[in-house]
Amino acid sequence: MARDASITGQPAAAPGLGGVAADWSGDKQAFAVPWGKAMMWIFLLSDTFIFTCFLTSYMNVRMSTTATWPDPSKVFAMQIAGHEIPLLLIAIMTMVLITSSGTMAMAVNFGYRRNRAKTTALMLATAALGATFVSMQAFEWTHAILHEGVRPWGNPMGAAQFGSTFFMITGFHGLHVSAGVIYLSVVARRVWSGFYDRKGSYETVEIAGLYWHFVDLVWIFIFAFIYLW
Amino acid sequence: MNDVTTSEPPREPTAVETADQGHAEGLQHPIRIYLWIWALLFVFSAFSYLVDYFQLHGMLRWSLIILFMLVKAGCIVAIFMHMRWERLALKFAILIPPLCLLILIGFMAVEGAHTFVTRWGAFAR
Repeated sequence: MARDASITGQPAAAPGLGGVAADWSGDKQAFAVPWGKAMMWIFLLSDTFIFTCFLTSYMNVRMSTTATWPDPSKVFAMQIAGHEIPLLLIAIMTMVLITSSGTMAMAVNFGYRRNRAKTTALMLATAALGATFVSMQAFEWTHAILHEGVRPWGNPMGAAQFGSTFFMITGFHGLHVSAGVIYLSVVARRVWSGFYDRKGSYETVEIAGLYWHFVDLVWIFIFAFIYLW
Repeated sequence: MNDVTTSEPPREPTAVETADQGHAEGLQHPIRIYLWIWALLFVFSAFSYLVDYFQLHGMLRWSLIILFMLVKAGCIVAIFMHMRWERLALKFAILIPPLCLLILIGFMAVEGAHTFVTRWGAFAR
């Protein structure tokens, strides 16, 4: 494992800015992490830019419209036993996604302890919670389209831009969750088959975890700006 | 990771070990840390939800939403994504570029406000 040796062979970083300068200036590997992890971080950085562009365009159309913006607290409220509870489904979806992030973090931890069974089980739990999230989102979209009459080009409650930004941003996030469920399932299968034991490293589990936590991170911003604002 | 044998039982590293070896050895923090952060995320999500539930308005609402959002985002990036234990070189490479986005947000806010004023003027006539 030449690659692993080059990673473990790195001396400890010098403290502070000196360490940054030394790591960047030398004719050597800049990041003392497995290449896959560095690449995942850079991918997530680019994804941050995409999601921020979406949320910024949402801010721009919401600021510039003269029509009243539909109140998400009312649009996404649910009737439970005759009471209207605001954003109930969204709150449950948030809890599901946060829980999946918790199980993922523990899967990564058990991966590094070489606990094949627990890592697999926790990753599958994460994927199952992700699938639950996407199902609830499908339910939410159905409710918005059929009962509230929200369309990408208009809605009965107010500003027409509400639908286009809502479907684009939550849809793009839902796509990320769906892709993550597939990604986690594939990695979980490999963990179970002992692939990473033979490879000698569980870093792939941590890399998959980075992606999953990022999906949770994006949801926190969507929750704040689309639903609560 | 050649020096970690599969027969070695899981052990909790000391603080020095974690700081020294970090990723070379693989992160073996106690599970406790993750459960704590998980609980914190739950609590702060509940707080965000309560802001809406009690229908707080104005600056109080917006500042609370942003505050809870940033606390949660920080917990996820620092602990769940292990950024806290990464070297400064990686931290800078990943965390500084998104600050450019603040300029985009600022520009778009100014532009949005301007469009609103011109639309309002045009439609009022």
